[in-house]
Amino acid sequence: MSDLPGYPNRRGFLKTSAASVALAGIAARAEAQADTVPPLDEYWPEYLDAAEWAFVMAACARLIPSEGDGPGAIEARVPVFIDRQLADYYGRADIWYMEGPHDPTAPPEFGWQTPLTPAELYRQAIPAFNAWCERTHGAAFPDLDPQAQDEALTALDEGETDLAPELSPFFTTLLNNTKEGYFADPIHGGNHGMQAWVYIGFPGARAAYREWAGRHNVQYPLGPVSISGERA
Amino acid sequence: MARQEAKKDVVIVGLGWTGAIAGIELAQEGLEIVALERGRDQATVPEFKYPDQIDELTWGVRLKNMQHPRRQTVTVRRNGDETALPLRALGSFLPADGVGGAGTHWNGLNWRPQPEEMRLLSHIRENWGDEIIPEGMSLGDYPVTYDELEPFFTRFEQVAGISGQAGNLNGQIQPGGNPFEGWRSTDYPMPPMPTTWDSHKFREAALAMGLHPFPAPAGIASTSYVNPYGMQMGPCNLCGFCERYGCYQYSKSSPQTAILDALKRHPNFSYRTHAEVLRVELAPDGRTATGVTYFDEEAQEEVFQPADIVILAAYQLNNVHLMMVSGLAEIYDPATDQGVLGKNYGYQMNGGATLFFRDEHFNPFVGHGSNGMCIDDYGMNRNDYGALGFIGGAYWRSGLTNGQPIRSMPLPSGTPSWGAGWKAGVGEWYGHAMSIGSHGSNMSYRANHLDLDPTYTDRHGRPLMRMTFDWQENDLRMNQYMKARVEEVAASMNPDIMQSSFKGPGARYDVRPYQTTHNTGGHIMSASPNEGVVNRYSQMWGQHNVFAMGAGNFVQNTQYNPTGLLGGLAYWTVDAIRSQYLSNPRPLV
Repeated sequence: MSDLPGYPNRRGFLKTSAASVALAGIAARAEAQADTVPPLDEYWPEYLDAAEWAFVMAACARLIPSEGDGPGAIEARVPVFIDRQLADYYGRADIWYMEGPHDPTAPPEFGWQTPLTPAELYRQAIPAFNAWCERTHGAAFPDLDPQAQDEALTALDEGETDLAPELSPFFTTLLNNTKEGYFADPIHGGNHGMQAWVYIGFPGARAAYREWAGRHNVQYPLGPVSISGERA
Repeated sequence: MARQEAKKDVVIVGLGWTGAIAGIELAQEGLEIVALERGRDQATVPEFKYPDQIDELTWGVRLKNMQHPRRQTVTVRRNGDETALPLRALGSFLPADGVGGAGTHWNGLNWRPQPEEMRLLSHIRENWGDEIIPEGMSLGDYPVTYDELEPFFTRFEQVAGISGQAGNLNGQIQPGGNPFEGWRSTDYPMPPMPTTWDSHKFREAALAMGLHPFPAPAGIASTSYVNPYGMQMGPCNLCGFCERYGCYQYSKSSPQTAILDALKRHPNFSYRTHAEVLRVELAPDGRTATGVTYFDEEAQEEVFQPADIVILAAYQLNNVHLMMVSGLAEIYDPATDQGVLGKNYGYQMNGGATLFFRDEHFNPFVGHGSNGMCIDDYGMNRNDYGALGFIGGAYWRSGLTNGQPIRSMPLPSGTPSWGAGWKAGVGEWYGHAMSIGSHGSNMSYRANHLDLDPTYTDRHGRPLMRMTFDWQENDLRMNQYMKARVEEVAASMNPDIMQSSFKGPGARYDVRPYQTTHNTGGHIMSASPNEGVVNRYSQMWGQHNVFAMGAGNFVQNTQYNPTGLLGGLAYWTVDAIRSQYLSNPRPLV
C-alpha cells in the first residue's frame, strides 16, 4: 500500500516514540473499558433466566463459533447484547403493531404474525427446543456436544423440531439477533472491543471519508472507532 | 366535545417535503398557516448530530426514525381471495415519522420523470396501439405535461440542492449527462459527486458496450451551496449513513437543510408536533372542508382546527387513509371498476447483480445514498414495448451507498448463513463486492389497490387501510429482460464471482425485505372526476378547498425514485393556489 497524504503508515506509526506513547494511551483506554465489563459467567442478565442464558450462550457459540479467524459470538459478548435487547423496547415489541387477531400459520411473506413479542418468543421457544433436543438427542441443547448442537440448530433452521406455529420465527430471530450483536456498535453490549469490525475492516463510527471517493482500489488503513469514542 | 383552536387560513397535514414547500410558499402570501405533524420535532442539531445517528442497529435495523406500526400501519394481502394481515413490523417500505418526514431518511436520488411517462397511455397508443396493453392494466396520461412542470422541477432542484450533470439542456444533448432525459432549462445547481471505484468500473464497462453512463442525480451537496431561501448546505463527506438516517452534515437534501429554518422565520407560520390528524371535517353539503380534527398527544384529547384551505401533505399511504376515513371520495372497487379512492396503487420493480472481486478494495463504507453512475439506455422511452413483450423500463445504478455490516454484507451464494463457514465468508468477502442495480417501473392494475380493512383498527379506532398488491406478469417480464442485460454488462467486467437477484415468473409480494419506499397512487390525478381523486392542480374533485400533495397523485408510477416528480408537483400545485385559487376559491377545473 502506498503512503496516503494525511494518513499515518501503520508500521511507521508504531515505530515513532511519540506515537508509541499515544498508542499506549489508546491501549490503556481500551483495557480500562474491558475491565469495566464482567466476565460472561459473572454477567447478571437483565431479562434471561439461568436456563435461557445457558441456551443463548450455547447457541451463539455455534452460530458464530470461536474457532478460525475473527472473534466468535462469545468473544464479542453477543449474549449480553441479546439479553439487553430482549429487556428493551425491541424485546417488548413496543413499536410494532401487535393487535389481534393473529394468524401465526400465515405464509412467511406476511412477516411477523405470531402473537408473541421477541422476548416472549425466546421465553417459550427455548424450553420447547430444549425438550426437542432431549427427546431426539438425549440432553438439553447446552449439554450437547458441538456436533449435535449444530445438527439441532440445522433442524431448527429447517423447521423440523415440531415447534408450535407461534414459535416458527425463532431460529430466524435468534440468528438475526446474533449477527446484530456481532456487528452493532459496542454501545449495545456486543461487538466487544469492536473485534468484529476489526476482523472485517469496517471503520465503525468514523463517518468521514470525503477524500476517499477518488482513492480507487486502495484499502482504507484506519481501524474503527465507536460511538462512545473507543478506538481499536 | 373536541377542543377548538382559532381558525387559520391554511392547515397543513404533515411537515415533510411537500408540507414544508406549501408552508413557505403560502407564507409569502401573508396567510395564517399552521402545520400539524404527528411525530416529534427534528432538527439537524440535536436530533441528527454526530455520532448519535451513526448507529446501524437503532436506526437502520430497529427503524426508530420511521413510522412505528404501533401508531399506524396497513394490512396486506396479495389478492382479493386472501385475508389481509397487518404489517406488524416495517420491512418492504419505510414511511417516516416526525418533522421532515421521509425527506430526512431518503437516499437523495432526485429524478425527473421522462416526458413520455407523463403521457404513457398516449405514448403506447401512438406507437403500438391499445392491443399491447394487458387485460387488467390500468394506465393513464397525467393531466399535466412535462413541459408545464419543467419550471417547477427546476425550482425543486434548486431548493433541494441537487448535484448532477445535465444531459439535455433545452434540447441540446450534453456530453457526460443522460442523453435520454427530458429537456431541462438549466443545469443542476451543483456539479456531480465524485466517482468511487465501483462506479468507475461500471462506467468503463458501460462505455465499452456502447451504453451512456452518467452520474446519478443526487440530493447530496457536492460543494457548499446556498439555495433560493438562503438555506446553506455543506459538502458531503461520504459518511456512509444516508438512507434511514438523518444527515449530521447539512449535506443531504431535506426539509431541514433546505426549507424549515427559513420557514420558521415567517411569523404567520406555526407548527404543532405530536398532533396526529384523525379526519378532515366537511361542511354539511360535503363540497368543502371546514378544517381537520387531530389528536393532541400531550393533552390526550381531540382538537378541531378550522381552516379555509386544507393541504394533505402526509405520506402517500397516510394521505389516502385520511381521505378514506374522512369520506372524501368513493373508495375504488376493482370488481366493478367504480370509485376512485385507492385506485392505481403502484410500487417499483427492482433487481440487481452482485460482483465479487477477490483482490480489489471497494471500501463500501465510503458512500452516500445517491452514489454511483447510471445508465438509462433501457429506460421507459427507449424500449420497444411491442417487440419486447412488456410495457416498462428501468434505469440502472452502480455505486455503493454504505458498508454497514449488519445489513450490507453480500456473500457468494452457497456461503452458509451461520457457523464457521459464515464467519469465514464475512472475513473473506467484506469490502470486495460491488453491485449493479436495476430500478424499474411497476404499472398500475385494477387488482392492485387500497381500501379499508374490515377487521383491524388503529389506536383511535379507525380501520387500518388494506393494501391488495402482488407482482404482475408484465413487470416480471420487464425484470427478466433487465436481468439478462445486467448480466451481460456484469460478465464483461470479469468478476471472480457474479450472482443476480431479479424477481421472475411466479414471484409473490413479500413484505419482509426492504424494497423501496416508493408507494404511489391511490388519490390519482385525472382529467375528469370519474377517473381520479384530484384534478391537474392536485385539488380534490369533491372538495375544492382540499389539496393533496405527494406520490398519491401519480397516475401510475414512473421508473424512477418519486421525489423529483412529487417535489415538482408540489411547486406546481402551490403556484396554482397562489395564482388562481386565493383570489377566487373554486374548482380550478
